[in-house]
Amino acid sequence: MEIKTDRQYSESHEWVLFENDTTATIGVTDFAQSELGDLVFVNLPQVGDTVTAGTPFADVESVKAVSDVYCPVSGTVSAVNEELLTAPQRINENAYDAWFIKVEKITDQKPLMDAEAYRTHTQA
Amino acid sequence: MNELMLLSIEKSVAGRGSNVIPAPETAAYALPDAFRRKDAPVLPQLAETDVDRHYTALAQRTYGVNCGFYPLGSCTMKYNPAVNEAAAKLPGFTGAHPLAPAHAVQGCHAVMDELAAALCEIAGMDAFTLQPAAGAQGEFFGMLCVKKYHEARGESHRVKMLVPDSAHGTNPASAAIAGFTVVSVPSRADGLVDTQALQALLDDTVAGMMMTNPNTLGLFEKDILAISRMVHKAGGLMYYDGANLNAILGQARPGDMGFDVTHFNLHKTFSTPHGGGGPGSGPVGVKQSLVPYLPTVASLGQPEGLQLKAFSGNFAVLVRALAYLKTLGKESLGDVAAHAVLNANYLMKRLTDAGFTPAIAAPCMHEFVLTLASLKESHGVSALDVAKTLIDYGIHPPTMYFPLIVHEALMFEPTETETRETLDHVADVMIRVLAQAKQNPDAMHTAPHHAVIGRPDDVKAARTPVLHW
Repeated sequence: MEIKTDRQYSESHEWVLFENDTTATIGVTDFAQSELGDLVFVNLPQVGDTVTAGTPFADVESVKAVSDVYCPVSGTVSAVNEELLTAPQRINENAYDAWFIKVEKITDQKPLMDAEAYRTHTQA
Repeated sequence: MNELMLLSIEKSVAGRGSNVIPAPETAAYALPDAFRRKDAPVLPQLAETDVDRHYTALAQRTYGVNCGFYPLGSCTMKYNPAVNEAAAKLPGFTGAHPLAPAHAVQGCHAVMDELAAALCEIAGMDAFTLQPAAGAQGEFFGMLCVKKYHEARGESHRVKMLVPDSAHGTNPASAAIAGFTVVSVPSRADGLVDTQALQALLDDTVAGMMMTNPNTLGLFEKDILAISRMVHKAGGLMYYDGANLNAILGQARPGDMGFDVTHFNLHKTFSTPHGGGGPGSGPVGVKQSLVPYLPTVASLGQPEGLQLKAFSGNFAVLVRALAYLKTLGKESLGDVAAHAVLNANYLMKRLTDAGFTPAIAAPCMHEFVLTLASLKESHGVSALDVAKTLIDYGIHPPTMYFPLIVHEALMFEPTETETRETLDHVADVMIRVLAQAKQNPDAMHTAPHHAVIGRPDDVKAARTPVLHW
C-alpha cells in the first residue's frame, strides 16, 4: 500500500494536498480504494458548492457498497475532477493522481496526519 | 458468445413457429389504422420443441434449495413444504375475484384474519397489515408510520433515524427514502450495538432506531431491553427488521423486546417462495399507538384509507404462510428457531475446528460469519474465491462480503431444514477447499470450472450495464 509523503491524511482515509494555506486538492487514499474494491460510480459536488470539514462531500460506489467521502476542510469547491464520473477506475489505478475536488477559501480543517502517522493509523 | 446462454430471441429462425392458437370463432375486426402497428412485433420464432428445450435447459441450470445446500446468510433459504402449494392451489382461492363482495369470499378473509392474528401473537404486536409486497416495502411503510406518529404529536423535528453499522442495507435506504436523516450507530468489538455510543446520539431529534435481532453477525443483541428503554426515553420508536426472525420464532417476541413496529418476510421465515420464485410478502405489525396509520380493507366495509398494494397484497403467498403455520402448530413453532440455531452452531463449530475463523468467537444464533482475512493474507485466496469454488462442489455460495464491518466475510445460514448429514458433507467440502487454498490457490482464482458461466465481470456489469438485448 502506497502512502505519499507530500501530503496529509484524515482519519476517514482522505488525502489533502495544500497548495497554500487556503487552497487544497482532495482525494481518497490508496488504502481506501483497496478496502472499497473496484469502484463503479462516483458522485461529486459542483464548482461553487460549500464544503464543511467532517461532513460528506462525495460518495463512491463499489461492487460491495456505497460509502461517503468526508471533506477534511471547510471552504468552496473551485474545481471538480469530472473524469472520475465516467472513469471511476482511475481511483483504483492511482488514488493519488485521481483527485476529487480542489477547495479554495479554506477557513477550517479537521486534524490531519502526516504519512507516518497515517501508516500507523491504517495498521491499527 | 456462449451457445448455452442464448436468449430465445437469439435462437429465432424466420418463418419457424407453432400453430398453437386456434382460428378465431368470430369474424375478424379491422382495427382503425391509428391503432395498427406498422411493423411486425419482434418475437422469437421457434417450434414448440425449441421452446420446450430452451426452458427445460434453463430449469436444469437453476439452483434452488430443492437442488441442494443453500446457506445464503440473512436470506433464510429454508425448504418450502409442498403442502403450502397444495393449499394455495385450492380452487376456492385461485378462483376468487379480488372485487368479489366480502360475503362471497369469506374463506379468503378468514385466511387473512387468521394469519394476521397469528403474526400478532408471534410478534407481540397489536395489529398487522398483510398488504406490503415484500420486506423493502414493509420497511418503507413502517418508516412512514413512525414519521406520521411524530407529526401527529407535533414533533416533526424528529428527523434522525439510528441504524447500527451492521444493518442490512435496506434499513438506511428505507429510512432515507421516507425522509429521515440516517445516523450510523457503531458496533463494539463483541459485534453488539455500542450502547455508550448510542446514548451519545440520543436527543430530541431522534425519530427512532431500526434493528435486526439477532443482528447480521448472527448475535443476539442481549442489551435490547436497555436499548429500547433508552430510545423510548428519548422519545423515539423502535423498528424491528424481521429478516432474522427465524432465529427467535416461537421463542421470543419483538413486541416484548420493546419494538413498536416490525415487518416480517413471509418468503423467509414462513417458507413461501423466495428469490426468482416470488412474489414476496412483507406484512407490517404495529403496537396500538400506530394502529391508526395502517391501511384499511375496503372490502370489509372499512372506510377508504391508505392502500399499499392493489387489493389484499400477494394473497396466494398469505395462504402458503398460513398453511405453514397450521402444519407446524403453535406447539412446534419454537422448534424452528431451536433447530435453526443448533444447525448454525454445529456447522460453525465444525468449521472452526477445521481452521476457519469466525468473525466473533461466540455461540451464534441462526447464522454465523467467517472472516477469511488471514487466508487472503497468507495464500491470496479471498472469500470470493472460496464462494466460487463451492459452486463446483454443488453447493450454493453463502452470502459474501456482508456485513460490511467484517473483512472477507462469508455468512452461513443453514436453516432448520437441513440434516446433520448435509451439514457434515458441507463441512467436509469446506475442509477440502481450505486444503486446496493452501496447496493450489491459483486454481481457485478462476473457479468455478464446471458451471455454465465462470466469473461474470461484475465490475464491468456495474460500470457499463447492458439493460436491453
